[in-house]
Amino acid sequence: MPKDLPAAPDSTKSKYWRKPLDADKVKIPHGELHILTARCKGCMFCVEYCPRGVLEMSEDFNAKGYHYPVAENDPACVNCRLCEMLCPEFAIFCLAVEEEDAVDDS
Amino acid sequence: MKKPAAAAPEMPHPMEELLRMDRIPHIWCPTCGLGTVVTAFAAALETLELPLDDVAVVSGIGCTGRVAGYIKVDSFHTTHGRAIPFATGLHLTNPKLKTVVISGDGDLISIGGNHFIHAARRNVDITVICVNNFTYAMTGGQVAPTTPLGANASTMPYGNYERPFNIPYLAESSGAVYVARWSALHVRRLTTAIAEALEKPGFSVVEVISPCSTLYSRRNRLGTGLDLMKFYHDNCVIKHGAPTRELDIGFQEEITVGKFVDLERPTYVDAMNKWYAGVFGDDYEPYEGAVK
Repeated sequence: MPKDLPAAPDSTKSKYWRKPLDADKVKIPHGELHILTARCKGCMFCVEYCPRGVLEMSEDFNAKGYHYPVAENDPACVNCRLCEMLCPEFAIFCLAVEEEDAVDDS
Repeated sequence: MKKPAAAAPEMPHPMEELLRMDRIPHIWCPTCGLGTVVTAFAAALETLELPLDDVAVVSGIGCTGRVAGYIKVDSFHTTHGRAIPFATGLHLTNPKLKTVVISGDGDLISIGGNHFIHAARRNVDITVICVNNFTYAMTGGQVAPTTPLGANASTMPYGNYERPFNIPYLAESSGAVYVARWSALHVRRLTTAIAEALEKPGFSVVEVISPCSTLYSRRNRLGTGLDLMKFYHDNCVIKHGAPTRELDIGFQEEITVGKFVDLERPTYVDAMNKWYAGVFGDDYEPYEGAVK
């Protein structure tokens, strides 16, 4: 029986405790959020369905009198563009940050 | 106080290339799902890399009927219920054009119901995106042929007792070759479905369940469009290939979504060319459109 078995993973910390074989090569994409606040009608689709919890509603109002989303946690954005797809007002979009500028999470 | 992320001069939204910006902001209510459907349609055009000159959008009347006015491709805002006849004419004149009908449930299934079943029967090569919000939203929330049993409408103040249409079943039994149903929340799957429907030769139907916050939701005390989106999130069950007869939608009951029908059948123009080639032999020149 091999002696140097790795310690049992702590499953309480992460569901994905098995390290992918290409984990050192894969870079997590990052996105830069652009919010056209004047167009927003405060539906909150983007805030509710952002898988990384990047957005939250502002405390102040836009010219139409709606709260608009603000990027509270911009570095967490992985450029999935779900907010851009869901926004019914064409008021939010996401641009990929170039590879060399991308923040390395490892 | 938190400041917006884009403090620098605002960049134009990538969708602006596909929208008539002089008509934006659109008239749709806050938390309406129609803007999302437009984005999904634009994303489908982007995936297929279709030249925008080869696409035409036809809409009828209603909230969804406004789509033709907002999308910057050749578009046609027709009379109530007659989107499919106009689209059929457009397609027969120029079969190379991708003709897309984007309209609502009341427009396509009620007032234009006869056109819907006959275009499906003939298998005219058009794509129909039917946005179903369970009511006539623009005219004041009257009962629609898709309003679920028991739901309140302005013309059914004690609840609806009329049995609603099951759009995928209607489409399949009339002869559609591609039938799918998604909600406005399933944007990525909806984009794929619209792209597949556009590629499909023949009458393809994509039903989109979309929240109506101002009329359907308010009359039925269902909260905002966001609450309806959460409802779709919790209650939509994906069943690809499910028998369409089982796809009835009850009031606030589980909604089956997915791709139900995908088959091959000769389109109207193909069937006509094949038939006449059999009748007239080599004398017949196959019809490829009046526009050269």
